[in-house]
Amino acid sequence: MAKTRAPLDTKEQPGFRGVALFCLFVLYAPILILMIFSFNSGSIVTHWEGVSLHWYGTAIANDDFHSAAKNTMIIAITATIVSTVTATLAAIGMTRVKPWKGLMTAFMVINLPLMVPEIVTAIATLSFFALVAGKLGINLGIGNLIIAHSVFCIPFAYMPIRARLEDMDLTLEQAAADLYATPWHAFRRVTLPLLVPGILSGMALAFIVSFDDFTITQLVAGPGQTTLPLYIWNQIRRPMTPEINAISTILLMVSIIVVAISFLIARKRR
Amino acid sequence: MTNIPAPPDFEAEAHQTAARKNRLLASPAVLIVALFGIVPLLIVLVYSFLAPAPYGGVLWKFSTDAYLNFLFQRDIFSDALEFSPAFLLIYFRSFVFAVVTTVVCLGLGFPTAYFMATRPPAQRNWWVLLITIPFWSNLLVRTLAIMFIIRDEGLINITLMSLHIIDKPITLLYTNFAIVLGLLYSFLPFMVLPLYASLEKLDFRLVEAAYDLYATRRQVLWRIIIPMSMPGIVAGSLLVFIPTLGAYVTPLILGGGTHLMIGDLIAQQFGSGRNWPLGSSQALILMAAVLVALFFYVRATTRGTKNG
Repeated sequence: MAKTRAPLDTKEQPGFRGVALFCLFVLYAPILILMIFSFNSGSIVTHWEGVSLHWYGTAIANDDFHSAAKNTMIIAITATIVSTVTATLAAIGMTRVKPWKGLMTAFMVINLPLMVPEIVTAIATLSFFALVAGKLGINLGIGNLIIAHSVFCIPFAYMPIRARLEDMDLTLEQAAADLYATPWHAFRRVTLPLLVPGILSGMALAFIVSFDDFTITQLVAGPGQTTLPLYIWNQIRRPMTPEINAISTILLMVSIIVVAISFLIARKRR
Repeated sequence: MTNIPAPPDFEAEAHQTAARKNRLLASPAVLIVALFGIVPLLIVLVYSFLAPAPYGGVLWKFSTDAYLNFLFQRDIFSDALEFSPAFLLIYFRSFVFAVVTTVVCLGLGFPTAYFMATRPPAQRNWWVLLITIPFWSNLLVRTLAIMFIIRDEGLINITLMSLHIIDKPITLLYTNFAIVLGLLYSFLPFMVLPLYASLEKLDFRLVEAAYDLYATRRQVLWRIIIPMSMPGIVAGSLLVFIPTLGAYVTPLILGGGTHLMIGDLIAQQFGSGRNWPLGSSQALILMAAVLVALFFYVRATTRGTKNG
């Protein structure tokens, strides 16, 4: 070859950049289009007439939207608290111990909801609550949804907290013990502050998983227990207006904000 | 039970006692999942051997009809069992969709993850954030976004029609194509993230060594990079395959109730079908398929560590 070649970039593979940019385009184009049309002033979902916040006004003024938003927040916040607290305890109880026989079993139990297809969890939970209501006469109302969501959120909260505990430098805790800190003090003053970013990202994941859940909620929810994803589903089955784009955009923004925040926390503390 | 505290050991240091007490900390989470996660699955197992009640729910009467119905249908007049492949076809369709989705996600996801892993660290973080956002975004809303684009009055058809390439809208929505497209779109991030996690740790000195030994780019890719990222490939494939096989939302919205997958079939038995035992047996068959996939995963990963 007569031409001098540029130095070989050993990491480069031909065409990979194109595929990566294509994937980004595929992932974002549909949601961006959905978001753009939420600002459409016309009443036809896919025909652009002009920029307006009209449909956000319509969406927010709707009473059904209010009650769905309220239900969603009650369920998501309670499920987040329950799952984060139990997952934090579990993560500590399963990393700061000598290996014991039940450890693997406990690990598998906690992660079970991740391995079972969501639709199976949904019908199983439905059957469980139907049986409890039928045989014992207990119906917790929205509590059923809170329980179902908490179970599903536990592994999501557990993963980042456990990862954080495993990455943590054990010598810090040992140093605290050498300096006569009681186990509780060592935990309270050394382990817990270091664990905070893990707990926060666990909380964020649990919140999003509950906030966005559709499948389990749809099967388990009783009459009147509409959450935001169920509200959207009910809207799809009617003639569609850009109102649905507006509500969808609100839901997407919540996810994006929570993910971005937890991402920033994770980066800052590292 | 695994949570019985160990008998007191007075000679042990305070530390060890504390460490043993720590075991108990796992019990709330374990109990919640066991009671509200595992017990319901056992109920499904019991339900699958019962008879359906006329308005949903079950009659407490032993029956294997739910499993027989998977392959056979009882003739109304003669009560004889006849082979009926309707459910089997839906399972087969779901399996094909799941395989196609996994393979295409891998084809698109691998180059993407590799490209991400070879960026400078600052850029890498942005890429990870960009892939993580769709990963955690509402599946229903994302499926809806696809529906807006591919329906008859959607952007694709309107654009093609205004360019006079077509004069009638092409039916894309409520087809098999729509479902596979939706599944690809939904689960692509599930492939990219585990692949990235594994490619990020790749030792590029091995790649350089291969080039020093006159390997071509293609050889480096197929003989070095891909074999070394096998754990990520297996994990990503599983993370796409399992939820795709049991997909519910995607076929519900993009299949329009005519192109069913296993997930819709199960939900239907608990809804309008009013046959809970049949739905339970179908759910267990799906679980069995997932367990087979997990078995291959465990085998693949343990073999990988033995060789590496």
